[in-house]
Amino acid sequence: MTSAPMTSDPGTSAPQPAAAGGPMIAIEAVSKWYGEVRVLSGCSTAVTRGEVVVVCGPSGSGKSTLLKCVNALEPFQEGQITVDGTRVRDRATNLPRLRARVGMVFQHFELFPHLSVIDNLTLAPRKVLGRSREAAVRRGLDLLARVGLSAHAQKHPGQLSGGQQQRVAIARALAMDPVVMLFDEPTSALDPEMVGEVLDVMVELARDGMTMMVVTHEMGFARKVADRVVFMDRGEIVEDVPKDTFFDRPRSERAQQFLSKILAH
Amino acid sequence: MFGHFDLSVIVDALPYLFAEGMVFTLTLTALAASGGIVLGTGLALLRLSGVPGLTHAAKFYVELMRALPLVLVIFWFYFLVPYLGAWAIGSATPIQVGAFASALVTFTLFEAAYFSEIVRAGIQSIPKGQSAAARALGMSYAQTMRLVVLPQAFRNMLPLLLTQTIVLFQDTSLVYVLSLTDFLGAASKVAQRDGRLVEMYLFAALVYFAVCFAASLLVRRLQARTAIVR
Repeated sequence: MTSAPMTSDPGTSAPQPAAAGGPMIAIEAVSKWYGEVRVLSGCSTAVTRGEVVVVCGPSGSGKSTLLKCVNALEPFQEGQITVDGTRVRDRATNLPRLRARVGMVFQHFELFPHLSVIDNLTLAPRKVLGRSREAAVRRGLDLLARVGLSAHAQKHPGQLSGGQQQRVAIARALAMDPVVMLFDEPTSALDPEMVGEVLDVMVELARDGMTMMVVTHEMGFARKVADRVVFMDRGEIVEDVPKDTFFDRPRSERAQQFLSKILAH
Repeated sequence: MFGHFDLSVIVDALPYLFAEGMVFTLTLTALAASGGIVLGTGLALLRLSGVPGLTHAAKFYVELMRALPLVLVIFWFYFLVPYLGAWAIGSATPIQVGAFASALVTFTLFEAAYFSEIVRAGIQSIPKGQSAAARALGMSYAQTMRLVVLPQAFRNMLPLLLTQTIVLFQDTSLVYVLSLTDFLGAASKVAQRDGRLVEMYLFAALVYFAVCFAASLLVRRLQARTAIVR
């Protein structure tokens, strides 16, 4: 693969600690290899405070990998990502502390099956943030109410439907009071009839002003709440444009093809 | 020879067999199993640490222990530990290590190798997404293991850990080579003293069977109760 970085040269842009109004997430010329295979090629984009950015693209395009680089669940070999002023690829960075401020929702929910729903919500706030059990439970119950699952606090994840589990997973991430939320295909593993309830929670979250980076195929969600759409293909960011531009006048042929496939039915 | 089967021999020996022999056997089993599981968990974590030196050291230890007959290890430790101890503290004469302490150390170190393989498999049975979720919430490696991975892993491996403990329970009878009196050793002494080999060895076999059978029933019940609904 012989692709050059698409956007600005990171060598010249000094790392900026994000002041208020600065980008919440700055991704600069990020490249990643699995051995010989290059999975990300010079990806650059940014998410400003309060912005909702949808990342889409065909499977294997690297969108989930890029998302996982943001909280360093995946290492990357070149470039830099800065989250709220903290450089991700920096030996001096305390990664657990960084991750505690970045909420993440996974495709397969990844609730802790050995714990009740309320314990899922309070574990990290207590053990990582050092909150008291009472404070953590109070906050957890508030969040469960917000995602409409107050009645299920004492159940175990295995007793809930997929849609309910994913709503708990969103509440679990919110319990850490994150400054930004990452969503990795949050509805792809759900039965179709449960997609709506999860998207409703996400739409509400977006309207409350949460900064969000969302990897998803749900173009309806993108149309409704996204500010910008980042389209990826083969490890590159091909388009990074406002939502309306993406849906109405996609520039690249690859994005046009992707849209025609995904919107055909 | 069964014509002379004499139950009173067994009845008379019961206090000695259980108060001395079985208490010893159960004590050694419980202590060695606890120590072995703790040490085995440590070995499993080293082996999975991804740090080449630690991984290889743990692997070598496990392979070595699993390649040696238990009786050999028991002898080896019994004769070697006093000298190793003396060397460690710089003493000129071998230190005094009781037969029980020596046996306990041996069984703990030996069983740790077997337990570590069970624990390793248990940890690997937990989906990668679980530790990713824990780390995404800001947990350290230690917290991820302690709060998320190990609690689930131990539930999954509880039946295997208990099964291995049942094997250990049987293996403790090998302490007779150190002249320690476990349950089988006690039965054996009575058998020799009274010339009642048939009664005592039959009874000993029956007791071992009863204990192990009861334990394996318990394992099955625990298995059903601790299963995690996914």
